[in-house]
Amino acid sequence: MLNYYLIIVLAPLAAAIAAGLFGKQIGRAGSHWITILAVGLSCALSMVVLKNMLWGGAPAENISLYTWAVTDGLRMEVGFLVDRLTALMMAVVTFVSFAVHIYTVGYMHEDPGYQRFFSFISLFTFSMLMLVMSNNFLQLFFGWEAVGLVSYLLIGFWYKRESAIFANLKAFLVNRVGDFGFILGISGVVMFAGSLDYAEVFASADHIAAQNIELFSGSPWNAMTVVCILLFIGAMGKSAQAPLHVWLPDSMEGPTPISALIHAATMVTAGIFMVARMSPLFELSEMALAVVIVIGAITAFFMGLLGIVQNDIKRVIAYSTLSQLGYMTVALGASAYSAAIFHLMTHAFFKALLFLAAGSVIIAMHHEQDIRKMGGLRKYMPITYWTALIGSLALIGFPGSGGFFSKDLLIEAVHESHWQSEPFVFWLAYPAVLLGVFVTALYTFRMFFLVFHGEERMDAETKSHLRETPWVVTVPLILLAIPSAIIGWYTVEPVLFGGYFGDAIEVTQRHDVLARLGHEWHGSYSLVTHAIQTPIFWLAAAGVFTAWLLYLKRPDIPETIQSKVTGLYNLLDRKYYMDDLYIKGFAAGGRGIGNFLWKKGDELVIDGVIVNGTANSIGKLAGVMRQIQTGYLYTYAFAMIIGLTMLLSWLIWFR
Amino acid sequence: MIGLEHYLTLSAMLFVLSIAGIVINRRNLILLLMCIELMLLAVNFNFIAFSRHLGDETGQVFVFFILTVAAAEAAIGLAILVVLFRNRRSINVQELNTMKG
Repeated sequence: MLNYYLIIVLAPLAAAIAAGLFGKQIGRAGSHWITILAVGLSCALSMVVLKNMLWGGAPAENISLYTWAVTDGLRMEVGFLVDRLTALMMAVVTFVSFAVHIYTVGYMHEDPGYQRFFSFISLFTFSMLMLVMSNNFLQLFFGWEAVGLVSYLLIGFWYKRESAIFANLKAFLVNRVGDFGFILGISGVVMFAGSLDYAEVFASADHIAAQNIELFSGSPWNAMTVVCILLFIGAMGKSAQAPLHVWLPDSMEGPTPISALIHAATMVTAGIFMVARMSPLFELSEMALAVVIVIGAITAFFMGLLGIVQNDIKRVIAYSTLSQLGYMTVALGASAYSAAIFHLMTHAFFKALLFLAAGSVIIAMHHEQDIRKMGGLRKYMPITYWTALIGSLALIGFPGSGGFFSKDLLIEAVHESHWQSEPFVFWLAYPAVLLGVFVTALYTFRMFFLVFHGEERMDAETKSHLRETPWVVTVPLILLAIPSAIIGWYTVEPVLFGGYFGDAIEVTQRHDVLARLGHEWHGSYSLVTHAIQTPIFWLAAAGVFTAWLLYLKRPDIPETIQSKVTGLYNLLDRKYYMDDLYIKGFAAGGRGIGNFLWKKGDELVIDGVIVNGTANSIGKLAGVMRQIQTGYLYTYAFAMIIGLTMLLSWLIWFR
Repeated sequence: MIGLEHYLTLSAMLFVLSIAGIVINRRNLILLLMCIELMLLAVNFNFIAFSRHLGDETGQVFVFFILTVAAAEAAIGLAILVVLFRNRRSINVQELNTMKG
């Protein structure tokens, strides 16, 4: 299988190099063909690997390819750990990437940076595969940073736009905050376990948990808690959890295929994947799990609320992504790692679908993204309409759709989790995910109704050009709509209850909520038919109904609400003032400190007093001394005699 | 009887006179050179007086050395003086202040 893995990883890299460095020689068609074929090959082989795992019963493989360096017993290696968790991620990543590659042909066909774009997304696929297939922390970190780099490059793809440059810098900086925690976490792992290799670290997990570390003297912390929280800070940056979420909505400045691939389906889920991968560590720290679930719950609910007031079609979906990532994090915190990964998978499909559908709408609207200027697109773009509908239904958890199984069971898992005995955590997390369902349905269908139904609010010029987008755009939509709609039916049982992940995910018995849920499991069909009895279904229905009432039936109500509660509206519209806090607080504060140190510290003290000050004072002293130098011989002679006299006197009287 | 003290007193007077000559004289460079010669002679007096007093001839030998060096010095000094005069058309000490800072 090693050859398969190598091809899966290296094909996109080779294509990225070909399209990136030799884009001029191979031309536009050449670069899209080479990258699409490479990623298609990678996708096909990933499917084979997944198939072997699922039905062939292939064992997990842990291969060390190359030892990069050995220092003091610490081996830094490049290697692959391909178990079922990895195989699933590989399949999701390459499949979505493949769909996005095809879609890009249609979306970017007028762009002068065509080859560059293909090179970047292939490079992204390579980096992401390195991340998920890694068997050690160092390679994980490499992939982690590489996807961050590509994300930065792609958000700023239209580098002549000031807003894009601002957004990519913001994404980069906020991710640095997370990575700071992440690398400290990895350092902690090395410090306590003495190894970077997953298998060795997990084997010594108990050893880590038995140690304490004094962060502040006098208050010992459990080493595992510290390590896990630090690793989770990394996940917070990459997976855009509050309060490090601010970069994700802004990342929508990048081209839409990127929003679908990187900022919805794959890269942002790296944090979720990482925590699931580290489950043997996280399981041993109750405290870290509490942090994870609380952060996730806050993100899931409050970021969803922001989606309601956004008017940019991509930003609505971006906030939805934040909220859904919050859901996954909540599942991680509830020790339902499989549920988190399952939601990650279904979310990857339907969210990529929604983004690509939004992109299709944007193409048709000639790059207009404001949903207030759309409406009634249903009859112009039937394929986009239906696929977007499938995506939206999957997102709100319509019974039977991909999102239904994952979200329903995720919420159920939170409800049944071991946090029941901790009222504070439980009553924060459970209502957040439950009410989140209503919010999700509300913003999703607000957008859906405003875009596809109701009156046509675009100008006549745009309207005359409205038509369905070309096949390169619609085929990926259909390609993604199929798994969005049906994947839940076939995968829910093996993934969540069938022990699909095997040894890849470890859950202590006390935390194993999915095993408890498994006792009441009667098959997907039964779950769908019983959906109507759950509050989740009714909350979602209420959300859709509210959206219908507010934005189709009585569009005057939202305006009334907006004018009545301006305080609340402003709070949401300004995104809880988080951006202001970061930009005016941290960024301006940082610049202020820098300015102060530059003006006062550097220019005044170091340059002014120390460097130039020495020269100046010597100059002044010399100016005084110069007065003595009259230039007359007799003065010198006199000075010599005085000196001689003094020397002699000293010799005579004091020796 | 003329003793050591008298010689030393004369020598000191000569020495102080020559210093006064150097310091007070602000006109003539030749005068300056003459004062230096005088100063050396004052030193020679001391050597001779002590040599006689201690009965050691080394002091007198030194006087010869000093006289020789003084002659050479006078020759060089006068040569410099001539060159200086040629360049500046003056040997006025007050005008020789190129070393002023």
